[in-house]
Amino acid sequence: MTLWLTLAVNSIALGGLLFLLSAGFSLIFGLMRIPNLMHGSFFMLGAYFGVTLLDNRIGMNFWAAALVSALAMAVIGGLVERFLLRRLNGQELPQVLLTLGLSFIIADVCLMIWTGDPWQPPTPDHLRGVLQVAGVYFPYFRLVIVLVAVVIAVALWLMVDWTRLGAMIRAGVDDAPIARVVGIKVSQLFTLVFALGAALAAFGGVIGAPYLSVYPGLDAEMLPLALIVVILGGTGSLLGALVGSFLIGFLYNFGQAMFPDLAYVILFLPMLLVLVLRPQGLFGRVMT
Amino acid sequence: MSWMNAPRWATGVAIALLITLPFWVGNPYYINVASQILLFAVFALALNVLVGYGGLVSLGHAGLFAMAGYAGALMLDAGHGHLAADLTAIAVTVLASAVFGVLALRSTGIGFLMITLALGQIVWGIAYRWQSLTNGDNGVNVTTRPAPFGISLASADNFYFATLLVFLVALITMALFVRSPFGASLRGTRDQARRMNALGYNVWLIRLVAFLFSGFWTGVAGLLFIYYNQFISPQVAALQTSAEALLMVISGGTATLLGPIAGAAIVVIMKNVVSAYVERWNLVLGVIFVAIITFMPEGLVPGSVRLWKLAWRAMRGRPAKAAEPSA
Amino acid sequence: MSRKLSRRTFMAGTAAAGAAATTFNFPAPAIAQGAPFKIGLLTVKTGPLAQGGIQMEQGLSVFLKEKNNTLGGRKIELIVADTGGNPAGAKTKAQEVIERDKVNVILGPLAAFELLAITDYVRDNKTPLLSIAAAEDVTQRKANPFVIRPSATSAQCCHVMGDYASKDLKYKRAATISEDFAFGYEQMSGFQRVFEDNGGKVVKKLWPPLVTPDYTPYIAQIKDVDCVFNGFAGSNPVKFMRAYADLGLKAKIPLLSGWTAMDDALLRSVGDEAIGVLSAAWYSADGPTASNKRFVAAMAKEFNVLPGGYSAGMYVAGQCVEAAIQKLGGKSDDRVALAEALHAVSLADTPRGPVKFDKLGNVIGDVFIRKVEKKDGKLVNTIVKRYPSVSQFWTYQEAAFLAQPVYGRDAPPAKNLEQ
Repeated sequence: MTLWLTLAVNSIALGGLLFLLSAGFSLIFGLMRIPNLMHGSFFMLGAYFGVTLLDNRIGMNFWAAALVSALAMAVIGGLVERFLLRRLNGQELPQVLLTLGLSFIIADVCLMIWTGDPWQPPTPDHLRGVLQVAGVYFPYFRLVIVLVAVVIAVALWLMVDWTRLGAMIRAGVDDAPIARVVGIKVSQLFTLVFALGAALAAFGGVIGAPYLSVYPGLDAEMLPLALIVVILGGTGSLLGALVGSFLIGFLYNFGQAMFPDLAYVILFLPMLLVLVLRPQGLFGRVMT
Repeated sequence: MSWMNAPRWATGVAIALLITLPFWVGNPYYINVASQILLFAVFALALNVLVGYGGLVSLGHAGLFAMAGYAGALMLDAGHGHLAADLTAIAVTVLASAVFGVLALRSTGIGFLMITLALGQIVWGIAYRWQSLTNGDNGVNVTTRPAPFGISLASADNFYFATLLVFLVALITMALFVRSPFGASLRGTRDQARRMNALGYNVWLIRLVAFLFSGFWTGVAGLLFIYYNQFISPQVAALQTSAEALLMVISGGTATLLGPIAGAAIVVIMKNVVSAYVERWNLVLGVIFVAIITFMPEGLVPGSVRLWKLAWRAMRGRPAKAAEPSA
Repeated sequence: MSRKLSRRTFMAGTAAAGAAATTFNFPAPAIAQGAPFKIGLLTVKTGPLAQGGIQMEQGLSVFLKEKNNTLGGRKIELIVADTGGNPAGAKTKAQEVIERDKVNVILGPLAAFELLAITDYVRDNKTPLLSIAAAEDVTQRKANPFVIRPSATSAQCCHVMGDYASKDLKYKRAATISEDFAFGYEQMSGFQRVFEDNGGKVVKKLWPPLVTPDYTPYIAQIKDVDCVFNGFAGSNPVKFMRAYADLGLKAKIPLLSGWTAMDDALLRSVGDEAIGVLSAAWYSADGPTASNKRFVAAMAKEFNVLPGGYSAGMYVAGQCVEAAIQKLGGKSDDRVALAEALHAVSLADTPRGPVKFDKLGNVIGDVFIRKVEKKDGKLVNTIVKRYPSVSQFWTYQEAAFLAQPVYGRDAPPAKNLEQ
């Protein structure tokens, strides 16, 4: 019983983290029609920025470090879109490949700067406690992740559904050429969304660092998770990303515990099923 | 096709250079590097059938590549002869390609890419986890290379010649394929799927046959790979392998015959030769890819041809025209 | 290291030597004395396994610097090759150092699957290789005369931990957790075999995949045991230990570990949750030997790190090569003789203590039980107990040991598992 309870709570915590990772990925995918293969790199690089800022030599506050790292990644993401991806406007395959090439570069640069050692910042002092209910131990910190994810989800939702910018993004996701015709500066929108996605991933990287730690290869571990979440949830849909994240959180936790023999395919099998049976994802609209 | 426009003598010289390579290279290490380039070129050419001519981007071909390798290695390990092992491996791979194709062709574009990616990951997971069959990450050793017609391929030279032969057959097959009516209809499904459908072509079937053709040559490349390395382990099926093959095709130039070969050469030389001199070779590889994609989005081979033509015209004082679409 | 330059000088050197040998028919050894003795290091400098690979190179460079780049009177030329941490890369790089650079000896590679991919190749090319990779069978059922292992097999230290947990700590019930791959299986089986032969019971075995973002689903299944033995490697121990502590198990169930899970070099990456963890390791940075004191000081000076097994393994491998060259004198270019001499090496003072080899090429050496403590604000492993001259067969008869199948996920079978 305690096992199931622990797994259930942990599923939600992991789901929260996955949402931070995949919300931006989903928006980029929906708007620009490309899977951003450097999204895992944004997550990892952001986490490395975070551990550096948290290190004793700088000793920044945890949340401040997460914000600074997110801002830095926003700038990097914006520059990548503006000066590299935009040159290839409309050529999806080269764009995808470009993000893949950049992910190689980022991985090697990180190895050069932060060496191969794993880095794991301590859990922030004020969040270090453990929630103890009915014999189940659960660290506060992971619950805080859920809280943060929910706050960000609401903020994003408000932005997309209630602001002018959000309306433009929705228009772009629905039909970029038409949006362009009606006077929306779609290319600026691309830059903005790409920067936003990078920032969210970096923020998630810092928030996740105390329990995932940061090491070479983290990028390649996170990217498939973002892909799966977005495939399940549907591209360009924040609700889809949210539901997909929690779905994967549960699937991962219960799947690993209940079917250890399927551990390697536990996430890819459902992804495959959805792709084959409902290619637009659970919440996505049909894309041509 | 750029290579067909090239004068016949250039093709002849290239083939002559390849055939005589062991005699002027000398050191077996470099001959081995050449063998690796050729075997990965076969892999890249196979992938190019789908990516270039079919417009179907697969990120799961490492799964097929590894499946051929595993089937061959396991047959040999079980004591079967080379011929039986090779035929089984090819049969298994073509069969697996059919399964991949039927599933993946429910979609096109990014959906196709994602399904193939998932399938590749599942093959990787099985290779890792199905211990009793695959020996897990400890991998399977291939103790001997074959000796067709009594000629042992154990030496670097002989293996190179065998690989070159397979490579040339693959290249010729591809050239014929591209020029055949079937190749034309495959390109038709890439450019005008609806119109092809309206004209009465079975678009789905054309794509599936292309997938099988691609799978066949991927299997051949997978066999060459295990005979070359004499070892296979789950890393071969990893996403990294699929991504590298795709980078070979796209950086060299999709829907060309020379492109995938050039791409294979870049990747193999960077990984094996340049890495001995440049510690951050991964970084350099990434920069090269980004540079190629940024400045020659059509790929290295067509891109160079375009730049060459531009330069040529500029030299002769004529106004440069817009680049012609390649292939 | 300026490799480009060194390679160029070397090529010129051999070309001259080769020409002289064919033209004037000098006795080969006399010429060879002038040429450097070449060591090829197969390591990993890119990709996820780079952590251990970088440490290997550091350990070897400290050794060569201490020896002024001269071993047994011969100038050393070091050729460093980056395998990228995969079998195909290991094979190509082995070809590079053997066929192109014609090295006398290979040190490395790092990972078991890399070693397994090249053992046949080095045997066919008669080039001795001293590896740090742990794959059991390389010095057991598939031993070959050119592979020597001065570090340890996967289970060599875990046998010891099984003994210590059952006899000294008097634990009766244990759970094991390790990555789902060969190194994990071999470690866990070694622990289980000795622990159960001494009357203990392994009641739960957990195998998270190599890539596991969150260990909670596995840790949550652990209950009703006296101890948990883990065999994680690379960056995984860091993640695992944090989750183990976060879920409140650290306070309840003692954590035991293999050498990679609590390596000295890893201590800079883990937090206070590691305090109290016991590990069995063939090298400990607080080992008492004179050469270890020199080694630790040099590593601190050169790289500002506390060295762990990967660095120490290469230092010891360097010492073995030195001893073999000294013994062979003018014949050290004979690779077959070198392999034989390496098997016969017996050293009294290495950073890990005395070292000698069994006839299959695996080390017989000390194994330490250590405990993580905090001293002067830093985490350190403190030696609790030393098991002298441990063989890869522990106390079992070699023939009987080798008659069993190699350690695997279910070999030997776990008979005491509970749901």
